[in-house]
Amino acid sequence: MTTALLEALNKRRQRGETAFIPFVTLGDPTLEVTVEAVRRLVLAGADAVEIGVPYSDPLADGPTIQAASERALRGGFQLPDLFRLGPNLREVAGEVPLIAFTYANPVYRWGWEAFPRDLANSGYTGLIVPDLPMEEAGPLRDAADRSGVALVPLIAPTSHRRIRRICETARGFIYAVSSTGVTGVRQRLPEKLPRLIEDIRRYTDLPIGVGFGIGNPETAAAVAEWADAVIVGSALVRRLAAIAEDGREPQAVLDDLEVFARSLAAPLRGKEKRGDRRCE
Amino acid sequence: MTGPDERGRFGRFGGQYVPETLMSALEALEKDYWTWKDDERFCRDLDRFLADYAGRPTPLYFAERLTEYAGGAQIWLKREDLTHTGAHKINNTIGQGLLALYTGKKRVIAETGAGQHGVATATVAARLGLACTVFMGEEDIRRQALNVFRMRLLGAEVVAVSSGTGTLKDAMNEAIRHWVEHVEDSFYVLGTVGGPHPYPVMVRNFQRVIGEEAKVQLREKTGRLPDAIVACVGGGSNAMGIFYPFLDDSEVRLFGVEAAGKGLPTGLHAAALEGGEPGILHGSFTYLLQDAYGQVTPAHSISAGLDYPGVGPEHAYLHETGRVRYVGVTDDQALEAFYRLAELEGILPALESAHAVAYALELARSMDPDRVVLISLSGRGDKDVETVMRHRPDLGGDLR
Repeated sequence: MTTALLEALNKRRQRGETAFIPFVTLGDPTLEVTVEAVRRLVLAGADAVEIGVPYSDPLADGPTIQAASERALRGGFQLPDLFRLGPNLREVAGEVPLIAFTYANPVYRWGWEAFPRDLANSGYTGLIVPDLPMEEAGPLRDAADRSGVALVPLIAPTSHRRIRRICETARGFIYAVSSTGVTGVRQRLPEKLPRLIEDIRRYTDLPIGVGFGIGNPETAAAVAEWADAVIVGSALVRRLAAIAEDGREPQAVLDDLEVFARSLAAPLRGKEKRGDRRCE
Repeated sequence: MTGPDERGRFGRFGGQYVPETLMSALEALEKDYWTWKDDERFCRDLDRFLADYAGRPTPLYFAERLTEYAGGAQIWLKREDLTHTGAHKINNTIGQGLLALYTGKKRVIAETGAGQHGVATATVAARLGLACTVFMGEEDIRRQALNVFRMRLLGAEVVAVSSGTGTLKDAMNEAIRHWVEHVEDSFYVLGTVGGPHPYPVMVRNFQRVIGEEAKVQLREKTGRLPDAIVACVGGGSNAMGIFYPFLDDSEVRLFGVEAAGKGLPTGLHAAALEGGEPGILHGSFTYLLQDAYGQVTPAHSISAGLDYPGVGPEHAYLHETGRVRYVGVTDDQALEAFYRLAELEGILPALESAHAVAYALELARSMDPDRVVLISLSGRGDKDVETVMRHRPDLGGDLR
């Protein structure tokens, strides 16, 4: 099944390049800052943007995104803001797809059927739910398909025999988790990562994005040798945290964010690929 | 009335809502558990540890003066407070500790609220020669300083969790995060009948010894089944343990007592079934305290062990089928029951168990003297003496 998200990532792949997918937490410290951050990230070359939905119990996230989530909730974020803000984000993002990243309980409460429908109606084209493995994803996946929203699955270094079945129902792209553990910048990535990517490629033609632990241009470049997309979250969220934590001027922080995002995107362009990759 | 199905569901509750990284580990755990649970050597080890180390069977005790005080049905206590480490938690940690050992793990991790499960895990880890790390909320560390020190004496590392509300919920988040990172060499000893499948069924099966013993003991002593069983419910492991062997005995009424904190209308409580709604927390679909948009809201209870916004999925199922009736007892009612049991029977119960005692007193009062009420006295109150002191300046307690 083809989705807007898949098309956007394939465009980059057809040029032999690697897509850049940044992540920001919605409402940290304000919704206005998030909109401006998305605008800057798109200017810096983002091929899709993940919008993190603040949640009280983010058990797949490390300290950086946990703290951002807590700040946004203290600042009054509520789930309807996600949908209300969609058109504003859509406007600054232009053609670049928006992907909502949220935990299962808020989706369940909103309704398996209603959540993807309302996402689609407010301008989002993808959805990632890190605590919804394939066994539990059925109702949401069917509803997402009906709304044309891609439910992107995660595959971990421990997935092994599960990889084939996860790929069978995957939409948009495959989110390969670089290493066991929660989100957050790591000093180095595990040597087994290329092997994981090759395992996944045996079962799918979808683009493979790698996330968790990528926080600087060097690591991004290393991952780009194998992956179709590089996902960066905590390193960006930490930069934005300077507004709330250190009281820095939002404009200055956003300038830094844009410069940093450019430095992450630069090595993903015009780089030779390794490994066997089929291109649709 | 048994479950779960092969997908880990009790009716519509349960399941496995966890990060993909853990799914293979849960599959392996399920396979290991079903392999070993009926293995002769494993069962012999388990029985030996439960008998000689934990002190089972625990006594079934007729609370004569409490019965007189209530002036109704006979009140019997299943004395889990007399086990080694002072609570039913040890039944489960021996089981899971042995499973960790049998499956070649060198290290166990656990979450704890009141500290009872943490102490029980640290104890078994010491005995079996396993490294042990326990995650505990900062707020609980403050309320249960004695148990923190006990765990450290037993050789465990205690990690303070400052995120969220700094209580059991957050300790569990952090234990799961840690497990995600160390899944290949660590065994997660989960302390209640919650979490992702197969934990709810595994923990219930390690705890059902409570009800199985009580059934035999009560038959020996009275020649009959109880008319009612009362147990406190946080996550709900002692309650599932004592209820389970009686689920098919439809004449036995079952009561799960949730912590009503300062009263359900105040919103300051931990009554997930009476005051919450269905949702997903810590790997399972169950009842939990949450707002309209699915943000988990903080629980409140005087008892750290009940201070949890969720409940085991099998309880959610038994709540919806109506087999078990869930009721609330406030902080003040639990304290009153704590005093009564101390004064009338010479037993200091855990504040968790005092919730069950409080409801059982009310229930017994409404029943005839030829009826029998069985209470799961899940733990002893030594750990709570400091908390209770703050409420008794008349006894020289400190109000600070």
